[in-house]
Amino acid sequence: MRPERSFQGLILALQTFWAEQGCAILQPYDMEVGAGTFHPATTLRALGPRPWRAAYVQPSRRPKDGRYGENPNRLQHYYQFQVILKPNPPNLQELYLASLEAIGVDSTLHDIRFVEDDWESPTLGAWGLGWECWCDGMEVSQFTYFQQVAGFECAPVAGELTYGLERLAMYVQGVENVYDLNFNGLDGAERVTYGDVFLQAEQEYSRHNFEHADTDMLFRQFRDAEAACKSYLAAGDRGERHEMALPAYDQCIKASHVFNLLDARGVISVTERQSYILRVRDLARSCGAAWRKTEGGGVAPAAVQDAA
Amino acid sequence: MPDLLLELLSEEIPARMQAKAAEDLRRLVTDALVEQGFLYEGARAYATPRRLTLHVVGLPAKGKDVSEERKGPRVGAPDAAVDGFVKSAGLASREALAVQTDPKKGDFYVARIDKPGRPTPQVLSELLPAVIRNFPWPKSMRWGEASAEAGALRWVRPLQSILCTFGSETETPEIVPLLVGGLVSGDATRGHRFMAPAPIQARRFDDYAAALEAGRVVLDAERRRDIIRHDARDLAFAQGLEVVEDDALLEEVAGLVEWPVCLMGRFDESFLQIPPEVIRATIRANQKCFVLRRPAAAPAPGGPEAGPDSADPESAGSLAPAGVEQILANSFILVSNIEASDGGAAIVAGNERVVRARLSDAKFFWDTDRKTRLEERLGKLENIVFHEKLGTQFERVERIAALARELAPAVGADPGEAERAARLAKADLTTEMVGEFPELQGLMGRYYAAAQGESPAVAAAIEDHYRPLGPSDRVPSDPVTVAVALADKLDTLVGFWAIDEKPTGSKDPYALRRAALGVIRLVLENELRLSLARVYRLAARAVARSAGATLKSHLATTTRPASPASGEAPVQPGPDMREGAAERLAQAVVAGESDLLSFFHDRLKVYLRERGARHDLIDAVLNAHGESQGRHPEARSQAASQSTGGAGSAEPQASPTSQGDQAGGATAPGGGNDDLLTVVRRVEALGRFLATEDGQNLLAATKRAANILRIEEKKDGRSFDGMPEIGALVETEERSLALALARAAGAASEAVRAEDFEAAMRALAELRPAVDAFFDKVTVNAEDPALRENRLKLLAMLRRATREVADFAKIEG
Repeated sequence: MRPERSFQGLILALQTFWAEQGCAILQPYDMEVGAGTFHPATTLRALGPRPWRAAYVQPSRRPKDGRYGENPNRLQHYYQFQVILKPNPPNLQELYLASLEAIGVDSTLHDIRFVEDDWESPTLGAWGLGWECWCDGMEVSQFTYFQQVAGFECAPVAGELTYGLERLAMYVQGVENVYDLNFNGLDGAERVTYGDVFLQAEQEYSRHNFEHADTDMLFRQFRDAEAACKSYLAAGDRGERHEMALPAYDQCIKASHVFNLLDARGVISVTERQSYILRVRDLARSCGAAWRKTEGGGVAPAAVQDAA
Repeated sequence: MPDLLLELLSEEIPARMQAKAAEDLRRLVTDALVEQGFLYEGARAYATPRRLTLHVVGLPAKGKDVSEERKGPRVGAPDAAVDGFVKSAGLASREALAVQTDPKKGDFYVARIDKPGRPTPQVLSELLPAVIRNFPWPKSMRWGEASAEAGALRWVRPLQSILCTFGSETETPEIVPLLVGGLVSGDATRGHRFMAPAPIQARRFDDYAAALEAGRVVLDAERRRDIIRHDARDLAFAQGLEVVEDDALLEEVAGLVEWPVCLMGRFDESFLQIPPEVIRATIRANQKCFVLRRPAAAPAPGGPEAGPDSADPESAGSLAPAGVEQILANSFILVSNIEASDGGAAIVAGNERVVRARLSDAKFFWDTDRKTRLEERLGKLENIVFHEKLGTQFERVERIAALARELAPAVGADPGEAERAARLAKADLTTEMVGEFPELQGLMGRYYAAAQGESPAVAAAIEDHYRPLGPSDRVPSDPVTVAVALADKLDTLVGFWAIDEKPTGSKDPYALRRAALGVIRLVLENELRLSLARVYRLAARAVARSAGATLKSHLATTTRPASPASGEAPVQPGPDMREGAAERLAQAVVAGESDLLSFFHDRLKVYLRERGARHDLIDAVLNAHGESQGRHPEARSQAASQSTGGAGSAEPQASPTSQGDQAGGATAPGGGNDDLLTVVRRVEALGRFLATEDGQNLLAATKRAANILRIEEKKDGRSFDGMPEIGALVETEERSLALALARAAGAASEAVRAEDFEAAMRALAELRPAVDAFFDKVTVNAEDPALRENRLKLLAMLRRATREVADFAKIEG
């Protein structure tokens, strides 16, 4: 299971490395999201004063990036490895570089660079400063110090690392086409490639995303998710506390993904686009505000128990 | 004299911010020192991706001693008052006070307080943390545990350590204690992140710079740039190639590395079929690498020496425009931050892999884009909003196409070609390539136009219609390009004027000044005769005709109806409303005309001034006779009659070209000051005239006449304009002046009408003997009021005559 031998070996090496740094190794969130940041373990946990360290793989869907399996670098479904450390430790850059060593990137051989890239998510009302991390001219990770999430200041600031797993794996395996990646590390008949696992899915979902996704249904789903989010937020509101921030946030995630699908289908005009983004951001803001009134968001447990 | 050494080591500072940050650090620290009375001999700041360093040379070891005298209570004042004063002055006892005598108020106590100058390090300990806390980063952040607290230190990226020392050459400098955001200053830093991560100690700048150099850090950005420039050239030269120089890229790359190491990579030759600009943009934007070219054996005109911006419009038909990148090599130079243990083989291989992937994408875009003809892309422009109040790019293209067609005859272009080029000019905004590389807009349009068989003139116009982009950018000269370039800019100007988004002060978010300058340069450098007022109205009609409902409804709500009837119910949106809106739109557009023309005049003045013309001559010509009464009112009434023409008022009554009255057609008598070329020619003629003795004399005489008139007109409270009574003139000199004036005024005005400004000046010059003799012999303010009035009218006549060519009162000297 050496990281340079297999895709899964790479994931396991990163998990082991970050587990040793005290991260809770979580599993992917069980909903369609555009990036690992949407996982409540990042978005919501970045809010409030409580320390938090977690790492997980997150399948990420970008319907517009589908290329019917014909592009060696672009996928509508891919994996991110996400690390969140709150507050960020002072040596986060060194930890990141050590994680690259752990997956076989030797910093005496390779040119590793931190190139300015300020991160902003209009739909999450979030921004941070940081870099894209380059290895020999290729962007392999995003490194961000969260400053604001859901419109709220992050106090303390969380450090977020996002590894593009396919790209990194292609690099360490020396492969030019993502579908040629060795997935399971075996050879001959037992070898499973990334293409064996995902090529058909890329073809089918590209058709779906660009040609057949039911737009009437999606418009309906967007409205439904938006309405549900608001009604759960209202139902869970207990003044000083909130009791349903997480279910409400699920609906926000859903609305965001449905919007991405509609966008890929090309049925949202430029002017409407902005208004949809603002609608999702409003949901994210409200969910963030609700989360801050929960135990996870920093409200003392006693207060929650008292009220219960 | 001691030196200050300060280093702020942080996580990677964005390349684009480094130079300014170093300069800010130097300025803020030295300003603060000077403000506290500390002078210094020199100061220099440095920046690398990880550090800002400041070296201040020749500071005093301590501040100046200051002695202050403070006045206290009278001698004999109550003890409590005196004791209080002693205490407040910080003295030990009453004995330390002196007594001073004031002849009026008697004796009183004085305290002499001596303040010894504070040691410089102590002052630095206060001053430097304040500079660091308030540092003007364009964007700054909080980090770590401390970020939970309010008022946490902000820096561009986490600040890791501070080195700060103070001392002279002869002794070991001391550490200046600083406490900022939980960091304590010391005498330690670190070398290169990967090649020398161990702590380095240094207290003097020379030791520091040497230790960094040994630690694989080149502190000086200028030196890093030089190293990259030279090493890149050497590597290229060894392969018989040349670097395509790129200063902006060089600056950025020098801000991405502490230890620059140039390496050469290659890509498959087959990628060279992609346009060279695309290859360059791909490799530059994504990889921050330099591209290389093969030196031409025999450089063609406009070949390798010319920059990529100077593509020759003659070659528009060929797929590869003439220019530097025609002969790109399939190699590139990358700049690494380390000396790799394998000599850079892995780094080169990695970069080549990325370049290959990016060029594959670019090739895919190039191939895909050419499958859709440009005209088929126009529908997609409806999805691109140009400005929320001015509609989509599609609507804009419709306007520009109509305007370009109408402008075409005036600039010598074929109307059909101008319209075609304008219609396709923005189509490349919807291509994959421009989506990926917005800086290639125009250029890709040209490639795709050529590929689909458009005429060379149309293809060239698509590329160049954005030009000139600035004061030093090339001005297109091909007639079709000129028509589209003018239409593009005029539509922008008229549109933003109509929605009242004009530049104010330093704010010009839509680059309207640049657009106006573009029009001016297009007109002047192509020697075009265009009446701006007329062109304005063409553009305004296009706006009125085709601007989307957005603009109309905007104007409906912001422009008041011409006759505000009292107590009108709110208008319901409907056909009436739309007609009303169209009418108001037309009015807004008309109202914008004189405003926009004066904006053009201001821009023209700036343009001419920068080229060395005298601003007073420009004003004199712009205020010449006939301008204020001749052309504009006529223009206005013409436009106004359109706007009051009812529902269809926004429609053009007839195309100006169809009336045989082209946009650039005949110039009105007196020469329009909305015809920029004429204005400039008059300014030039005037300048030449004033350089002659006759000119200087006439100027002096006219000014003298104008002064006398001003004083007498003020005294009498009336104007002396009007013809003098020739029969009532008594002296020979005044009679011959009257005759000379009548002759000269006629000749000058004739010449101006014929646009022969030299002749107009010559006619005026002939006035000189008569004018000189008049002022020599004749007393203007005669005792006889009738005589005086007649003579003043004679002077007014002189003023009028000279105003045929220029308002001499505006001329200095």
